[in-house]
Amino acid sequence: MKNILRFLVLVILQVFLLNKINFLGFLNPYIYILFILLLPFETPGWLLLLLGFVTGLVVDMFANTPGLNASATVFLAAMRPVVINLVGKKPDYDVGGQPSMRDMGFKWFFPYAFLLVLIHHFVLNIIDVFSFYELWQTLMRVIFSSIFTLVFIFLAQYMFSKNKERG
Amino acid sequence: MRNLITFIIRYHFFLLFLLLEVFSFILIANSTYYQRASILNTSNHITGAVYSAFDNVTDYLSLRKTNYILSEENARLRKATRLSFLLADTNSFYVNDTIYKLRYTYIAAKVIHNSVNKRNNYIMLNKGRKQGIDKDMAVITSNGIVGTVVSVSDNFCWVMSVLNKHTKISGRIKKNNQMGTIIWEGKDFTTGTLSDIPAHVKIAKGDTIVTSGFSHIFPAGIFVGNILDFRVEQGDHFYVIPFRFSVDFNNLDYVYIVKNLMKDEEVKLENSIQDE
Repeated sequence: MKNILRFLVLVILQVFLLNKINFLGFLNPYIYILFILLLPFETPGWLLLLLGFVTGLVVDMFANTPGLNASATVFLAAMRPVVINLVGKKPDYDVGGQPSMRDMGFKWFFPYAFLLVLIHHFVLNIIDVFSFYELWQTLMRVIFSSIFTLVFIFLAQYMFSKNKERG
Repeated sequence: MRNLITFIIRYHFFLLFLLLEVFSFILIANSTYYQRASILNTSNHITGAVYSAFDNVTDYLSLRKTNYILSEENARLRKATRLSFLLADTNSFYVNDTIYKLRYTYIAAKVIHNSVNKRNNYIMLNKGRKQGIDKDMAVITSNGIVGTVVSVSDNFCWVMSVLNKHTKISGRIKKNNQMGTIIWEGKDFTTGTLSDIPAHVKIAKGDTIVTSGFSHIFPAGIFVGNILDFRVEQGDHFYVIPFRFSVDFNNLDYVYIVKNLMKDEEVKLENSIQDE
């Protein structure tokens, strides 16, 4: 239930606010992938992929880019278990725990989010441009948009973890 | 058979991944260039409705500027009407009005979705098939070109912005009528590139670029931009000419969709030549 709410909030935020940010002409943060990042550890692989596909497709519908966000987000979903193994699972995580900053701490969450955001943005931009001809320009897009997305993700995470302590 | 099922179960993650990626790529491949969004034509109804609702709110924020642009255009149009010309020569001969046949009509539309920060940008307008919009119509503002209609639903249409990898518009330098191709290299939404102008032609910074009218889409003489700079790449015989767009794509609000009433006739004539 919480995840459905998060899905709606993130997609609405993405479509109406973030897709309209035109800072410097090439910045476009994609915060909706936070939905995939925060799915519980126990989410089975096939569900992860399907949810990634659906999320991407919904964003695509609003951005008029059928398949673009979907393919990048499926790739992201497929890489998630790999990155979790890479960063290392904490042995003592709770059942039903999420790979979030609140449950796992900043030290674990930062490389996790950093790697996945970079992977997603890279795939997305490469597919969008569909050539290595403008590689330098594409990389600039990837790097700056990633920084932006990460800032948004950490802001959101920080706010949510604060709420939890108070409530 | 049992082996196959075991195989599928064991590698279901990877197989599903492949399946979804292939499906996504089919979507992308089918939708690039002109067919883009035609798959999502039905979903245009939903997205269009949502976007217009959202736009109703943001509309007020730009009222002042929109009013200014409209009044400025009104003034310019008023200047062009016959009433504002004084007849200086009483010997002028009578011009039969039937000589002028209406070729282009203009339909005003409002931008309800726009982007400038992607490599391929698209614009959504609040006019569609019911208002007489069709594929391949030009979209302009009072001060320049904006794009081409690529897909239409009943009440909305998607426009391929000039800020797109697939944009190729025939343009010319107004001063000397040299013809070239207008493209967008993707760096900056204020700057486009004019190519295919031979290197022997004399040009200068600040020269005006207009559309040539050599397609069935854009009328001739629509303002495109001013030349910022020019250079000839080594070993090439053509200029690369960056120019500043006359339209601020980040600030589009009301636009005109251009309907070419003689397009059918032009296309038919052209096809009849190709057939032979």
